[in-house]
Amino acid sequence: MSVRQYELVYILPPDSTEQQIAEIHEQVESVVSRMGGQIEKTDNWGRRKLAYEIGPHKEGVYVLEVINSSSSDLVKELDRRLKVIDQVVRHLVVRVDEEKKVVERTRTKRQSDSERRRVKRGLPPQRQPGEGRQEEVDDMDDDRFDGAEV
Amino acid sequence: MPFGQGRSGGRGGRGGDKKGADGKQQGQRRPMFRRRKVCKFCADKIDDINYKDVKLIGPFVPERGKILPRRISGTCAMHQRKLQTAIKRARQIALVPYVTD
Repeated sequence: MSVRQYELVYILPPDSTEQQIAEIHEQVESVVSRMGGQIEKTDNWGRRKLAYEIGPHKEGVYVLEVINSSSSDLVKELDRRLKVIDQVVRHLVVRVDEEKKVVERTRTKRQSDSERRRVKRGLPPQRQPGEGRQEEVDDMDDDRFDGAEV
Repeated sequence: MPFGQGRSGGRGGRGGDKKGADGKQQGQRRPMFRRRKVCKFCADKIDDINYKDVKLIGPFVPERGKILPRRISGTCAMHQRKLQTAIKRARQIALVPYVTD
């Protein structure tokens, strides 16, 4: 099976210390490595205001982990463990690899399409500086034409 | 000019057509001065509507906490769908409110 990518976001109480944050991170890491995955990236967003109160908390420390894994059991296990840990106020695991692929595909397609169109019009494939203005003026002309039609 | 930019208006596709249709009823006598609504994500070429990006999602969640409907924001169907999942995910981790009274 191919490698899937997941994103895990969890919220810790705002008063938790660096050490506590590191501890939770270690716990996550151990679960991930035990289930045959690896953490690609860890990102601590720091303290943020919560959009709504969760229990007693109005703020929270957000941590994002990007995890590569080929087994879906990892997510189940991670979910279960995070539920058990009282310090974790809230967590969310989302699979992201397919969405990323789609985004990549549309981006490259748009790029190649525009290049092809430009070449067809006898222009260099990349947009030249100072070209945007010209197009805006074209748009104005179109609008005037629309007005005349009505 | 009352109309949106020509190029992005074309991209707005379906929404634009509808506007044109009801514009005709009144537009016979005096021209309608209503801004043509354009999908923000199409116009700005934003492919990835990410739940972590509160700045991007925020304007589509008004004060009450509800998701701004398509008929008001002018977002195209595809992007509204993506926006919807993004907002729902963002709600789960308290980046965006469920309700605010």
